[in-house]
Amino acid sequence: METIKLTIDNKKAEVPKGTTIHKAARQMGIEIPTLCYMELHDLNIENKPAGCRICMVEVEGRRNLAPSCATRCEEGMVIKTHTTRVLNARRTVMEFILSDHPKDCLICPKSGNCELQAMANKLGIREIPGQEIAAMSTYRKDTSPSIIRDLDKCILCRRCEMMCNDVQTVGALSAVNRGFMATVAPAFEQNLEYSSCTYCGQCVAVCPTGALTEVDHTPEVLRALADPSKTVIVQTAPAVRAALGEEFGMAPGTLVTGKMVSALRALGFDYVFDTDFAADLTIMEEGTELLGRLNRHLKGDTTAKLPILTSCCPGWVNFFEYYYPDLKDIPSTAKSPQQMFGAIAKTYFAGKIKINRKDLVVVSIMPCLAKKYECQRDEFSTENNRDVDFSISTRELAAFIKQANIDLNNLEEGEFDAPLGESTGAGVIFGTTGGVIEAAVRTAYELQTGKKLERLDFTELRGLEGVREATIDFDGLPVRIGIAHGLGNARKLLDDVRSGKSQFHAIEVMACPGGCIGGGGQPLHHGNSEIIKARAAAIYTEDRKKPLRKSHENPFIIKLYEEFLEKPNSEKAHHLLHTHYFERKKKILVKP
Amino acid sequence: MKKIKSLADLRKSKADTLARIHAKEKIRIRVHMGTSGLASGAKEIFDFLTVELEKRSINGIVVGTGDMGYCFAEPTIEVTRPGEDPVVFGNVDKLKADEIIEKFIKNGYYVEGLLPVNYQTIN
Amino acid sequence: MAKQKKQLLVCGGKSCSSHNSEVLYDNLCLELEANALENEVSVVRSGCFGLCHLGPVVMVMPEKVVYVKVNPDDTRDIIAEHLIKGRKVERLLYHDPVSGKIIPEEKDFAPLKKQMRIVLRNCGIIDPENIEEAIAHDAYEALGRVLTEMKPADVIRIIRDSGLRGRGGGGFPTGLKWEIAYNNKSDEKYVVCNADEGDPGAFMDRSVLEGDPHAVLEAMAICGYSIGAGKGLIYIRAEYPLAVARLKTAIRQARDYGLLGDDIMGTGFSFDIEIRYGAGAFVCGEETALIHSMEGLRGEPTVKPPFPAESGFRGKPTNVNNVETFACISPIILKGAKWFSSIGTEKSKGTKVFALAGKINNVGLIEVPMGITLREVIYEIGGGIRNGKKFKAAQTGGPSGGCLTEKHLDTPIDFDNLLAAGSMMGSGGMIVMDEDDCMVSVARFFLDFTVEESCGKCSPCRIGNKRLHELLDHITKGKGVPADLDRLMNMSMVIKDTSLCGLGQSSPNPVLSTLNNFREEYEAHVTVKKCPAGQCRDLMEYFIISENCVGCTACARVCPVNAITGERKETHTINPSICIKCGACIEKCKFDAVIIR
Repeated sequence: METIKLTIDNKKAEVPKGTTIHKAARQMGIEIPTLCYMELHDLNIENKPAGCRICMVEVEGRRNLAPSCATRCEEGMVIKTHTTRVLNARRTVMEFILSDHPKDCLICPKSGNCELQAMANKLGIREIPGQEIAAMSTYRKDTSPSIIRDLDKCILCRRCEMMCNDVQTVGALSAVNRGFMATVAPAFEQNLEYSSCTYCGQCVAVCPTGALTEVDHTPEVLRALADPSKTVIVQTAPAVRAALGEEFGMAPGTLVTGKMVSALRALGFDYVFDTDFAADLTIMEEGTELLGRLNRHLKGDTTAKLPILTSCCPGWVNFFEYYYPDLKDIPSTAKSPQQMFGAIAKTYFAGKIKINRKDLVVVSIMPCLAKKYECQRDEFSTENNRDVDFSISTRELAAFIKQANIDLNNLEEGEFDAPLGESTGAGVIFGTTGGVIEAAVRTAYELQTGKKLERLDFTELRGLEGVREATIDFDGLPVRIGIAHGLGNARKLLDDVRSGKSQFHAIEVMACPGGCIGGGGQPLHHGNSEIIKARAAAIYTEDRKKPLRKSHENPFIIKLYEEFLEKPNSEKAHHLLHTHYFERKKKILVKP
Repeated sequence: MKKIKSLADLRKSKADTLARIHAKEKIRIRVHMGTSGLASGAKEIFDFLTVELEKRSINGIVVGTGDMGYCFAEPTIEVTRPGEDPVVFGNVDKLKADEIIEKFIKNGYYVEGLLPVNYQTIN
Repeated sequence: MAKQKKQLLVCGGKSCSSHNSEVLYDNLCLELEANALENEVSVVRSGCFGLCHLGPVVMVMPEKVVYVKVNPDDTRDIIAEHLIKGRKVERLLYHDPVSGKIIPEEKDFAPLKKQMRIVLRNCGIIDPENIEEAIAHDAYEALGRVLTEMKPADVIRIIRDSGLRGRGGGGFPTGLKWEIAYNNKSDEKYVVCNADEGDPGAFMDRSVLEGDPHAVLEAMAICGYSIGAGKGLIYIRAEYPLAVARLKTAIRQARDYGLLGDDIMGTGFSFDIEIRYGAGAFVCGEETALIHSMEGLRGEPTVKPPFPAESGFRGKPTNVNNVETFACISPIILKGAKWFSSIGTEKSKGTKVFALAGKINNVGLIEVPMGITLREVIYEIGGGIRNGKKFKAAQTGGPSGGCLTEKHLDTPIDFDNLLAAGSMMGSGGMIVMDEDDCMVSVARFFLDFTVEESCGKCSPCRIGNKRLHELLDHITKGKGVPADLDRLMNMSMVIKDTSLCGLGQSSPNPVLSTLNNFREEYEAHVTVKKCPAGQCRDLMEYFIISENCVGCTACARVCPVNAITGERKETHTINPSICIKCGACIEKCKFDAVIIR
């Protein structure tokens, strides 16, 4: 590999050709402050528009300062990262940015977690010269079912835009307007609700300030908890337990399943259940559907559509409903675990505890913002009563626990309630990319072959590669599987399906890079992809610790079918656990 | 229209056109019709001159061209009498155009508004 | 046709008029009558000769003898000696200041040849919608020679040796640019013509495209041959409908004639050109922003390197040149690198087209050799300052440039001298200001433009310029304090130092150059709260001089806000806290008693 010799702050270094000044400095232990720059190394995601101009450094012989994030090292470069010229420029630019930023940190949802606030503090800004005559760029606030856009707080780092366009290829957000009024918005500054937005929340996950935040449903949850006439139950998604601890100072990858259960109980939920249970149920339905289609296909039935696409990710569902409506009969019709849980809770469980579904409030804790939208979909309500009443994110739960003065770190390990709290390892791995399909394989293999599966860890389905493929031997029948995480990667697989080139039998798609562990509702990673890797490892640890690791072995699932649903894909199961898809463009382009 | 298939073709085309442009006994008028010219009324002058040359039986041709840069004096026209140097007139309205036809084109007398040539060119 | 008439041209330009050229004209007429020549010789007032420092000027036609500094009393000699006796009046002829030689005739008259038309060679000469006329004026001859006689490297060498530098603003050596694009190997390359002329008041490119579109098409094809590109794109503002229409016609005709398209002139070389429209964003003149705009993306710049020559349009090596640069190419090929490099200064070769605007008599386009002085441009070609006012400054380089002042009048204009003077060449706008212009307001005016035209991508340009503008506005309203000047300076320096592209890096130039050259004017605004040029409305005060006031009450009666009080036949006073500075009282007062101070 070709290398380059250079000097940074009087220290000599040798770096590979093509390295940026910022990375070269980091290798030497010099952390040049940045604001817009962000990199998620293992996911091949990098944002470097060189727009904030905070990371400027002095390069000998260059007329002006250089943005270290976007300037390549060159042979013999002599770089200074903290001359008075650099420090003054950095400070002045920061004053510019702050002069056009609201000062309402006291009530900002990002306060304490805001990269701009941290930078202001780091640079020791104590006043903003000229603030008294400085106009502010202000914009209409936009609230969608999942995401709030408060562009007064946008610093134009363009991370959201990069996520939305380059990574997710959703194309909902891009820079609009010029000069002082430039900001990031859907086309024509339309509301997010009327755009191609899938509510994947990746924009929120990377926003350094309070410009993009989730719609906070904790006040409604609190009100329900305080209402004595309501029975409030909660379900927690698999990825939440692998990340919640981060909000309480624990190392990324710390599993807090038991403590989380105790905290939820302490918050006043009447029953603490697990979405993992519904994940097992999803495998039963989806796996059966897969085998049904596969076997029909093998028998030469040309109406059997393959590949089957997973449908548990609501961001993904929104995506194909918008961009691939012609393929809407290809995904599995199985509802997502969240909605399966809601449907079962409001029927089976409400019946069990003998209350009206209207007096049962179902709250979900999700790593996801699209779940907020999903639970509000019309088709997931009965007589205006939603199957899942509120969906709150991991971050909202953490804030809720802190508000309630609950010391998560020192809580005892609690246990989920029965009957909707029991799950297998297969349900747990739903939280990471490749997990759903691995869980499906564990069940489908045994159902198809009638043999016991010896090896449960399908490592060939794991990892962070954007598009993965593997062929699993179903006792002589090769089942070809595709996996994509991140909607941009999903698009690649989908285009092949559309053009008829796809060779897969089943495809798993997760909208968020890394899967749910990297969801838009998770604690912010602030550009550290190690965090996402640690969460994935935690999920697999939880799986390995489970005594049961195949969905169809979950005794409560077996019981549910015996008592209520009869069998997978039964008429009742279809009615409660399956859904249909819409051409989303038609639905949303009608502005009320 | 003939396709130019070689450098020789190009040069022949050049010679042909030049011969036509410098045809004897023909008054040549260029009306400067770039944006500045048009904005100050060059089209009207172009039409006027075209009609009037014919009406007054003057053997001449009126051509629209780009501007020369005399924005302070638009519309401007350039008149070439056979065998003489071109002369540019500025601030040409219909009255002035009429005067130019009568005095200069017909009799060779300059009229007020003449713009002296103050550049050298590579042409 | 009859033999050419004897005629006298008297310069009727504004400068000569103020030196009695009118009396001169009358005297000439009278003198002719006295000699009974009024029917044989006519006297005509002409437009400005551009010889204002030598005026009034008289030219005798058809022999084109030029008399300079002619007094009304000199008319007798001109008539008696020149017209009647046929002897030139030597004392009125121009004496070359260097050689001391007498220059009698126009053709040798250097001051009349200040302008040199290379870029504008065919503008106003050919019919731009008739390719045959263009061909008659040597269009495509250079392309033909290049394709039949030269290798790409030869062409690049000629361009490099000519010393041609980019006319779009930066002044990057064109030959070098071509060479870099040539050296970047790729299956596809592009030639882009930047016709996104955005400087307020500048229209050099527009005139070339309207007057001589083939000059650009031909040069693009030559460039394509040299760097190995088969495709050209012209990025032009949609606000230039006439230029677009003529370009389209020109492209169509060139294709019909086989001068664009496949196998040009039977040489096997193929090159075609397409037009792309810009929506009028100033920043799209920056080459990376321009390329993004052509790709259908948001028109905003990205960090260089990579330069377009490495990765440009669709990620392929792309050579971007400005219209005026392209218009220089064919003459260089036809007349040689030596000829071109003999024009201009050591490091800036050839000519430059300027758009003269502002308080100058001869507003318009001029093309002058590099190295000409500002004095020559303003006082000779430009016909001097309007209404005989005093020159104060000239803004070059458009809103991103700086102002040149009286002390720069004799500095030769070229890329490097302008930079050294705190301004820049830019694309060639030149806005002239006189004593009535307030330099703080001027800086604010230009900032107004850059604030509007910033793409908003980087913080210093997006927010910093806005803050600069706000502070300037504050100062012109009399609300500034002395410390503000240091803040202006610091903000300007940081914006220059940290902005992403040329727009932001140069946008504080008007502030810095006015602050450097006219600091006392800024100080007057922030200390005594006065605008020395009397232009800042908020800093003016209407005042009645008691000695002149007769107490006629006319002003009080006309005042719309009753700010003027005073008894009849006694001195009136204006209450400044009520006065709205409408100026009605000044107009009404017959005794010059109301003044602005």
